[in-house]
Amino acid sequence: MLRGMAAGAALALLRPVSALASTDPLTRPIPSTGERLPLVGLGSWITFNVGDDAELRNECAAVMAAFFREGGRLIDSSPMYGSSQSVIGYGLAKLRRPSRLFSADKVWTSSGGAGPAQIEESRTRWGVPRFDLLQVHNLLAWEEHLPTLLAMKAEGRLRYVGITTSEGRRHDELEQVMAKRPLDFIQISYNVLDREVERRILPLAQDRGMAVIVNRPFRQGDLIRQVEKSPLPPFALEIGSATWADFLLKFIISHPAVTCAIPATSQVSHVVENMRAAGGPLPDAAMRGRMVAYVERL
Amino acid sequence: MPEWWTYSLSDFLLFSARTYYRMIERHNAAVWPLQMVTLGLGLGIAALLRRPGTRQGRLISLTLAVLWSWVAAGFVWARYAAINWAAVYLGWLLVIEVLLLVYAGLRGRLAFRWRRDAAGSLGIALLLTAVVLYPMLAPAQGRGWRQAEVFGIAPDPTVVATVGLLLLSESGPQWSLLVTPVLWCLISGVTLLALGSLEGWVLLPAALLSVGAAGLRGRPRP
Repeated sequence: MLRGMAAGAALALLRPVSALASTDPLTRPIPSTGERLPLVGLGSWITFNVGDDAELRNECAAVMAAFFREGGRLIDSSPMYGSSQSVIGYGLAKLRRPSRLFSADKVWTSSGGAGPAQIEESRTRWGVPRFDLLQVHNLLAWEEHLPTLLAMKAEGRLRYVGITTSEGRRHDELEQVMAKRPLDFIQISYNVLDREVERRILPLAQDRGMAVIVNRPFRQGDLIRQVEKSPLPPFALEIGSATWADFLLKFIISHPAVTCAIPATSQVSHVVENMRAAGGPLPDAAMRGRMVAYVERL
Repeated sequence: MPEWWTYSLSDFLLFSARTYYRMIERHNAAVWPLQMVTLGLGLGIAALLRRPGTRQGRLISLTLAVLWSWVAAGFVWARYAAINWAAVYLGWLLVIEVLLLVYAGLRGRLAFRWRRDAAGSLGIALLLTAVVLYPMLAPAQGRGWRQAEVFGIAPDPTVVATVGLLLLSESGPQWSLLVTPVLWCLISGVTLLALGSLEGWVLLPAALLSVGAAGLRGRPRP
């Protein structure tokens, strides 16, 4: 079976990245520039931290190849994610550095002075000339890092600046930063059951013209495991959802404030399924209400 | 850590079970057949328990120090640190234990005896679990022998065996020597539980029971 998986990974890599999906994913503009991003990106937490294991690195590269082939652009990582940055760099080199890549990484250190060196190390691991987006990871020392990132942007060494949080933590502080600082992006956790950000964070992002990246859309897989024991509701067919992953992702990306959700996976079939969730149609507000009611009853 | 109550075990995981156990497998393949030597050393240490004395204590302490050094350099820093940045610091924790074992060994402060009290029974049980049973846990869970964790090669069985031996010390509880192994058992045990591995249920009880047993043994008797 492993040999079969390896062969599949090799075949996936042989297909040119430029051969895009038959239907490109829906996109939404980054408010600060109007540049459009596909509604689904690729996270790398846990799934891409495979160290120097050649077989697993090639599997990750195959996931990236499928991601780009399906029209994906944004890949997100962090120095906190172990070897994920190096594995992304390996995949990008193997795929001959796809021009459609939108590189999103983070600065994660409690010392503002250590930020620039960490960013440079991250850039080297990715093997990119510059990052498209750098975010302050989990608000860690944001007062010290934001001036560095904004200065990099002003000098043309970075295109976008953002800040992240996860699992609904420190939203009050996030709101304060959003209100005061000129951020291009925020990154938060949001899904059909964890909707606290709908009250204040997402409206504030819209008011302030900030793009929104949604991390942990499946609660690290727990959400899918929780709901997959039950059948999809019949109305799922109205939005073209044949799987729970598609259903859950469509809920997230149909929120008008959301720019991109970043599910992480180590399987080609999953990344293809995730990307196709951004192929439309998306639920409207009434349908979103039905989705919430159905999942909350499970 | 703000809002600490919102964190779960899985929030601290950096890697998947598949990645972790493939790392063990690749390490086993790289050092084969060294496993035969370290298993022999483990059984030899168990046999030496019937001949307590200063020389025996020195031999066991220095053997453990060599194995801990090898585990720190050959596994924790060389492999584990690639998927877990915290392993860099954990490796230094192991080095502290090496220094303590060398010091205790050279000063003749340790001798180990097979005893039948609570601490002694737990010590024997942990030693035999680490050397004999632990490698069988991988195949028992369907991961195959190539992912077996062997005493003297992988950190967890090496640490559990050390905890067991320290409970068999003739000179009472060895608190300074117990700190690192107990900390390792707690950290690794929690990690393995988050990965859904049975081994976590060996490491956590090993840590808690050994502290309890050492405490009971160190209590003054009427």
